[in-house]
Amino acid sequence: MTGNTSLLTVKDLSVVFSSFKGDVCAVNNISFSMGREKLGIVGESGSGKSVTGRAVLRLLPPYARVRASEISLRGKNLLDFSEKQMRKIRGMEISMVMQDPKYSLNPVRTVGEQIREAYTIHHKAGKKQARQKALDMLNAVRIRNPEQVYDLYPHEVSGGMGQRIMIAMMLIPEPSLLIADEPTSALDVTVQLQVLAILDDLVSERGMGLMFISHDLELVASFCDRVIIMYGGQIMEVLDAGNLHKSNHPYTKGLLSCLPKIDGTQDRLPTLVRDDAWLKPAPGLFSGGAAS
Amino acid sequence: MIVVENLNVCFGHGKARNHAVRDVNFTVEKGESFGLVGESGSGKSTVLNCISGLLTHWTGRMEIDGVRLKQKRNIAFCRKVQMVFQDPYGSLHPRHTIDRTLKEPVKINRLGDANHRVARVLDEVGLGAKFRFRFPHQLSGGQRQRVALARALILNPEVVLLDEPTSALDVSIQAEVLNLLQDLRREKQLTYILVSHDLAVVSHMCDTLLVMNRGKAVETITRSQLKSGVIKEKYTKQLLVAGKGYDRTAIDLFQDFR
Repeated sequence: MTGNTSLLTVKDLSVVFSSFKGDVCAVNNISFSMGREKLGIVGESGSGKSVTGRAVLRLLPPYARVRASEISLRGKNLLDFSEKQMRKIRGMEISMVMQDPKYSLNPVRTVGEQIREAYTIHHKAGKKQARQKALDMLNAVRIRNPEQVYDLYPHEVSGGMGQRIMIAMMLIPEPSLLIADEPTSALDVTVQLQVLAILDDLVSERGMGLMFISHDLELVASFCDRVIIMYGGQIMEVLDAGNLHKSNHPYTKGLLSCLPKIDGTQDRLPTLVRDDAWLKPAPGLFSGGAAS
Repeated sequence: MIVVENLNVCFGHGKARNHAVRDVNFTVEKGESFGLVGESGSGKSTVLNCISGLLTHWTGRMEIDGVRLKQKRNIAFCRKVQMVFQDPYGSLHPRHTIDRTLKEPVKINRLGDANHRVARVLDEVGLGAKFRFRFPHQLSGGQRQRVALARALILNPEVVLLDEPTSALDVSIQAEVLNLLQDLRREKQLTYILVSHDLAVVSHMCDTLLVMNRGKAVETITRSQLKSGVIKEKYTKQLLVAGKGYDRTAIDLFQDFR
C-alpha cells in the first residue's frame, strides 16, 4: 500500500441479491484498503466491481443484503452510521461519478444550479459565493466558457462536457475519496483521456483518493497506481499497475491476451478459458435467509 | 465488389442542417475486410446505413458487384448484403424465439427448407441446437451477437456489414466473436465492412481502413502503415496515440480537429 494512512478499509464485504433461482452472491467476501492513491477495480460485467463501489456508499437498493465486518473511512466505521449520518458522508467525504451523464444529471434544472446545490448542501455559503465557486469548478474541469455553460440544461451539452460537469459537481464539496464508476466509457477515446487527465490533476492537487472502476484493463494499467482484478464477485489479485503485464494469475493473463493489438498479428485471438478453481466457495454467511 | 463515390448525406433543414457525410469515396475488393474508423459523429455508421439501404436520402454513386444501387433496394440485394448491428440487446425481437427470428428472413426470401437452414447456421456460429428454442433474454450478450450474425448468414450473403459488432461485449467475449467473424470470412469468402471506434479491433480484422472525422474521409491507410506508425494525417496519429492508453504528457498535445 502506498501512504501509511489508510483512507478506506473494507473487510469481508459480501453483497447478496435474492432471485427466484436462489441467492446470487454479487460480491463474495472481499477485503481491501486504500490510501490517497489511484486504485483501479477491473473486471468483466457481472464481476461485482460496481456493486462494491455502491456498497461503500450504501447506495444499493434495500433488497440487496450487504454484510461486512468493516467499512471504515479514516477510522470511522460507516456501518454504524445512520442514514442521516450517511447523507453527510455522501458528497462531503466520499462522492461518486456515474457512468452516463445523460441519466445522472437532473434534466429539468440547469447544470449550474446542480453544481451549486452540491456545494451549498455541505457548506454554508451565500448564493453569490456558491455561484462563484461553481464557476471556478467548471473552470477547473477545463470548460472554456463557464458563464455560458452555467445556464445550460443537461440536454444542451455534449457527452464529454456532461461528464466534466458531473466531475465538477462531485468535486465541489471537496471529498477525500472519489469513486468513479466507469466515468469515461461512454466517451470517445481522445475525450476519455482528456477527462481522465482532469481527474488525475485534481486528485493529485487535492490529495484525494480515487477508486476507478472500469472494464478496460489497459487503460487502468496506464492510469492507476494499483489494480484490483475482480472475477465472479471475488478479488483475483491486487497488484501494482506497472506490474500488470508480469502477472501470473491465469485470469489476468487471459484477459490481457484476448485483447486485439494494433501491432499484433491477424491470427486467432486466444480466448479466455474460465476455471472454477479461481473462485473460493461462498462462505455460509447468509444461511437461514436472515435479511439485514 | 463495393464502390462508393461522392457519398453525401444531410440530416435536417435550415439552421439544424447537419452535413453528416461529405464526399466519401472508397472501394472494397471481393473477399476483403474493410474498416471504417472514427469517433462518434464522424459519420461512419451513416455510411454503412446508406450502403445497407436503411437510409435513402443520400446522393452520390454506389455500386455493388457492378450494379448501381438505387435508393430503393430489391430482395435480391438483401440476399447479397446483410447487416449486423451493435447492440445485441436491441436488435433481436424479445418475444420471438431464436428459431422464429432466424426463420423470418428465410420465409421472406422464400428459400424453403427453413428447419435445416436454421440448424446449419446455428452450428456455423457455434451455438448448437440447444439454443434454438430459447428467447433472447435467456442468452448472454455474446450468444445474442452470435444469433444476430446467424440471422445475417442464413441467407448466404456475399457482403456483411458490421456496425460495431463487439463494442457491447466484454473483452473475453469480444475475442470469441472476432475469431468467429474471421473464420466465417475465410470459409465463405465473405466481404466485410467493419465499423468501429476501436483501432485495435479494426487493425486485427481489416487490411485497409478509412479514417473518418466529422463526416469527411481523413485518409485511407493499410494495416501495415498502422503497425509501423507511418501515417500522414495528424488526426490519425492522435487517434493512434489515444488508443495506446493513458499518457499524461501526450494528452496535453491533443488538438480539436474541425
